[in-house]
Amino acid sequence: METGRYGEFGGQYVPETLMNAVHELEEAYEHYKNDPAFVAELDDLMKNYAGRPSLLYYAEKMTKDLGGAKIYLKREDLNHTGSHKINNVLGQVLLAKKMGKTRVIAETGAGQHGVATATAAALMGMECEIFMGKEDTERQALNVFRMELLGAKVHAVTTGTQTLKDAVNEAMREWTNRVDDTLYVLGSVMGPHPFPMIVRDFQSVISKESRAQILEVEGKLPDAVVACVGGGSNAMGSFYEYINDEGVQLIGCEAAGLGVDNPKNAATIANGSMGIFHGMKSLFCQNEYGQIAPVYSISAGLDYPGIGPEHAWLNETGRAQYVPITDEEAVKAFEYLSRVEGIIPAIESSHAVAQVMKIAGSMRKDQIIVVTISGRGDKDVAAIARYRGVEIYE
Amino acid sequence: MSRISDAFKNGKAFIPFITGGDPDIESTFEFVKTMAENGADIIEIGIPFSDPIAEGPVIQDADLRALASGTTTDALFEMVERLRKEITIPLIFMTYANPIYVYGKERFMKRCAQVGIDGVIVPDIPFEEKGELVDVCRDNGIELISMIAPTSEQRIETIASEATGFIYCVSSLGVTGVRTEIRTDIASMVKHVKSVTDTPVAVGFGISTPEQAKKMAGLSDGAIVGSAIVKIVAQYGKDATSHIATYVKQMKEAVMEA
Repeated sequence: METGRYGEFGGQYVPETLMNAVHELEEAYEHYKNDPAFVAELDDLMKNYAGRPSLLYYAEKMTKDLGGAKIYLKREDLNHTGSHKINNVLGQVLLAKKMGKTRVIAETGAGQHGVATATAAALMGMECEIFMGKEDTERQALNVFRMELLGAKVHAVTTGTQTLKDAVNEAMREWTNRVDDTLYVLGSVMGPHPFPMIVRDFQSVISKESRAQILEVEGKLPDAVVACVGGGSNAMGSFYEYINDEGVQLIGCEAAGLGVDNPKNAATIANGSMGIFHGMKSLFCQNEYGQIAPVYSISAGLDYPGIGPEHAWLNETGRAQYVPITDEEAVKAFEYLSRVEGIIPAIESSHAVAQVMKIAGSMRKDQIIVVTISGRGDKDVAAIARYRGVEIYE
Repeated sequence: MSRISDAFKNGKAFIPFITGGDPDIESTFEFVKTMAENGADIIEIGIPFSDPIAEGPVIQDADLRALASGTTTDALFEMVERLRKEITIPLIFMTYANPIYVYGKERFMKRCAQVGIDGVIVPDIPFEEKGELVDVCRDNGIELISMIAPTSEQRIETIASEATGFIYCVSSLGVTGVRTEIRTDIASMVKHVKSVTDTPVAVGFGISTPEQAKKMAGLSDGAIVGSAIVKIVAQYGKDATSHIATYVKQMKEAVMEA
């Protein structure tokens, strides 16, 4: 396949001002990914700072309750900063530092990637600015303060729909404004090449570990790997090492909001069509004139009108399946996992848990599901309370 | 042979930009006509996009106003068709990759040729991705305008050697919008371009005053002005015609003095 392309998907559709920057990043990444010192430094950060490897936990009560396949949770929620986002960020900020950059910028939806970036920037002594849709700064007020506590400057983005898509627009604009000393630390497997590749590589630690862990405890590969998909970074990381294991079904769970037939959803695979946006050719929720649709999900992290190009490719080739999960299903899964296993998952990850609740019961008891809990749900507790009609303050 | 390059033959060119459909299609029709009558050599008409990542706040807002008023790509094609009965100068569509791609690249360029559009500027189609549009543009006689930026450096020769129509030289880092000062060494950028091609070079991004236009046109073959005009539209709405006429006239005069 052509560099930076996944079938027809991918590419580098960015303004000329950024072309040298994306080339520079690609060259630096190709160099450092094979540099033993860089690899050792990153491994050390992953182990001693992020807390890897993350646990592969056998959810015995959930398994018994659903009455079918054995369910294992890949616990990315236990990482430092509380989500899988730290995996990518440690890699990219370390790379930025090696490239001689002194400043990182990033977009964030739920705030997880922003918090992770601010954390890595604090650790590595980089200046950090985060772009977050104004609506999201209100949904996730605690994360805004958390980023500021970590020394980052948070910009509330007031353009467009004031959510993740607009935060990406603003971060890209800022990158064109100050490109020499700055790296845009993109948070998902999206954007122009080389970002989808870099983020996937840094996130693939999830499946590298889970594959080895499941082989160790079960002596065989899982039948299904399930993860939630917004841009798609935790899903890509969860799937990657299994792509050549044909017997392993890969299932991505996208945010259907109020339902795939309701305009208020963010289910790109279900409702999207081919387009070129945010630096990539992929699938997007849009109208007949190519205007990007205002999408909706209860989950700020999945509230994105596109999907990473490699997911679009896995969908097209049939290697992975993508299913829509509604707000209501996700909230029920959020409550279910909390009660049954004593684990409060992020509302994003709850979309994956909801899919497991749908399929586990109809699978055989000797079958195995690995589901990625991409983040912890502390940040969502107030929003879920409000969803259930309880007004509490964060 | 190229209507766009020919527009640079009578001295330095003044190239205004306007967002199509802001505040509505009929007003844009009048604004474009007025700009042509007051000395514009080429006019760029923006097809509004929901997420214009190369634009500053002024044009972002204009795009949203245009979309809110119900502007579609088809309505702008139809407007250009009517304009062509009144004006002859080259007209260029400026928009993003997605509105073209989703409309259908072939269908889009065919329609451009039918209604009398001469070229397209697509800021998120860099040199490496121009394969996306270059054939379909050529087949329909539409010129795909190349951009170079202050960061282009060693890329200038590659880009310039294949450029047609004119070369859009981006004056500054960042997005479109009025700037009090342009710091880039435009002279050496233009010199670099000129060393590889005869294609005319026009400078855009950040130009708003006659002094800036005169200076930039003096260093190149023409000046492009967008946000300053869109600001006039934002201020006066449907009544902007006479203000645009005055502005374009003085900018053209400034460019001619260069």
